[in-house]
Amino acid sequence: MQKEAAIREPLILGNKTYHDVTEDVCRPIEGKAPKMWYILFAIALIIGLYGVGSILYLLGTGIGVWGLNKTIGWAWDITNFVWWVGIGHAGTLISAVLLLFRQKWRMAINRSAEAMTIFAVFMAGTFPLIHMGRLWVGYWVLPIPNHFGSLWVNFNSPLLWDVFAISTYLSVSLVFWYIGLIPDFATIRDRAKKPVAKRMYSILSFGWSGRAKHWNRFELVSLVLAGLATPLVFSVHSIVSFDFATSVIPGWHTTIFPPYFVAGAVFSGFAMVQTLLLVMRKAMNLEAYIHTKHVEYMNIVIMVTGSIVGTAYITELFISWYSGVEYEAYAFLNRATGPYWWAYWSMMTCNVISPQLMWIRKLRRSLLFTFFISIVVNIGMWFERYVIIVTSIHRDYIPAAWSMHYPSHIDIAVYVGTIGLFFVFFLLFARYFPVLALNEVKTILKGSGQSYKESPDYHKHH
Amino acid sequence: MSDKVIYAMYGDDEVLKSSAKKLVSGGVKISEVYSPFPIHGIDPIIGVKGTRLGIMAFLYGLTGLTLATIGMYYFMVVEWKMNIGGKPNFSYVENILAFIPISFEFTVLCAAHGMAITYLLLNRTLPGMPAQNPDPRTTDDKFVMEIRMSDNHGVSEEKLDELLKDTGFVELDKKIIE
Repeated sequence: MQKEAAIREPLILGNKTYHDVTEDVCRPIEGKAPKMWYILFAIALIIGLYGVGSILYLLGTGIGVWGLNKTIGWAWDITNFVWWVGIGHAGTLISAVLLLFRQKWRMAINRSAEAMTIFAVFMAGTFPLIHMGRLWVGYWVLPIPNHFGSLWVNFNSPLLWDVFAISTYLSVSLVFWYIGLIPDFATIRDRAKKPVAKRMYSILSFGWSGRAKHWNRFELVSLVLAGLATPLVFSVHSIVSFDFATSVIPGWHTTIFPPYFVAGAVFSGFAMVQTLLLVMRKAMNLEAYIHTKHVEYMNIVIMVTGSIVGTAYITELFISWYSGVEYEAYAFLNRATGPYWWAYWSMMTCNVISPQLMWIRKLRRSLLFTFFISIVVNIGMWFERYVIIVTSIHRDYIPAAWSMHYPSHIDIAVYVGTIGLFFVFFLLFARYFPVLALNEVKTILKGSGQSYKESPDYHKHH
Repeated sequence: MSDKVIYAMYGDDEVLKSSAKKLVSGGVKISEVYSPFPIHGIDPIIGVKGTRLGIMAFLYGLTGLTLATIGMYYFMVVEWKMNIGGKPNFSYVENILAFIPISFEFTVLCAAHGMAITYLLLNRTLPGMPAQNPDPRTTDDKFVMEIRMSDNHGVSEEKLDELLKDTGFVELDKKIIE
């Protein structure tokens, strides 16, 4: 058993036993869903289906239904893609990077953060696929022998790197998540009373035994997967940024894109985790496991990555002037003062100013304030991608080609639809899956549980 | 061949650990321990060796790297020297920078999935397998030590009972399994 300094706040509040942890996590799954769940699920489903309908309309009619034009060939679609992929970075960061750093507070949040990651990457993957227009030839992105002669996909292209990065990231996160879920499904399986539930969880738990040797392997597999997922998570958003950085468009052609995108991804990902968890902990009575300290830790991550993002914005601005390239300078001047000034300044306010408020201890420990800021950051990060993508291309080298982008109703419906679908997945997850890595939480109960830390025996030995 | 198995159930991981120490020093071979979460420090006591899955992951990763290199070399250098901006891919080494991202991704892909599949196969945990734990409570808050008599020819049952007596178990179960 590992002990920690008395000064550290306990991670599990109250007087919990191992059995209480099981009870607290399994109760919402075994009981009836609250009315609110059905209401939220119905709303999310309707919005999601509207999005699916819009996608079908798009596939039937063509990409012309978006508000794109000759100058602006990339707009909402790619913005949404980058936004979702960015959100999808927090889960792996929490479970992999924090595992390598042995941060115990990850254990209460990693399961739902990873679920969020996977669903967010699903949503992200939708956008490049539908942008192909002809979804049914989507398999052409794979290097498969074909009947077109010596025609292979271009391995020199960042867009193909992206195909590999996103699909590797999605499948590896899914495996990482599921390996952790197996023992928890076994816990639910062994408690289930209804035959259907018993059968389902029995299939899902793969017959998990809990043997010492299996736990030994489990811990090593988790560690190695974390070691693999850590560089992976950094590579994914670096490669997403290459989609832009390797082009010669002023405003995109910058070397700071990879670290800047990765920091932004972590920033937005943690914001989304906050948004979801603040509601979930309340709705599922998990306040003892996910409490102010966890929120504070995440706010610190938001503050640090937000500061990196802010520094990147200012660096970009400075370098565009310092470079002496007038097209580069204009691209940035146009962002701040051109027709899209409102998007630029929304981005600046949401992403640069709001995280700085987290320096104040009272604010970063306030749940209501955190919830508000998490929404602000989500909006700000969408604007960041919109600013980078649309304002860089809407005024190109020939003023006669200058244009504006106005989203069509399908643009909006597809975006909002993915938010609906994302919540459909997340609500299903919260209803049927153990939302806390309950078996991992049990390992820190004695080291970081409040009742254990406050007992007189705690600091006697070691 | 029938075998007699003793299941000693404990309510706490630390109690099980000290009990296991006592039994092992008394010459008992503990066949298996079932627990709801990994008990740190139990492996050396009951003689579970470290897993070699990490080495497997490395080998799978190496396979992935090799496959990616061979594949890209064939597609981009041998089969069709794609000419980009007047700079065709004449050799792999000269263009290696462009091939690094996919080499990395494919290495990770193969290492992660290869290891995960090996892990599931080694544990014999696959979809639809029946539960392998002796008691449903071992996935909640109970810890079970399994002692097979066939592993303990040198120890009489009486001696075992004597050793187990004061270890603080909550339940003791003896079963004959075929």
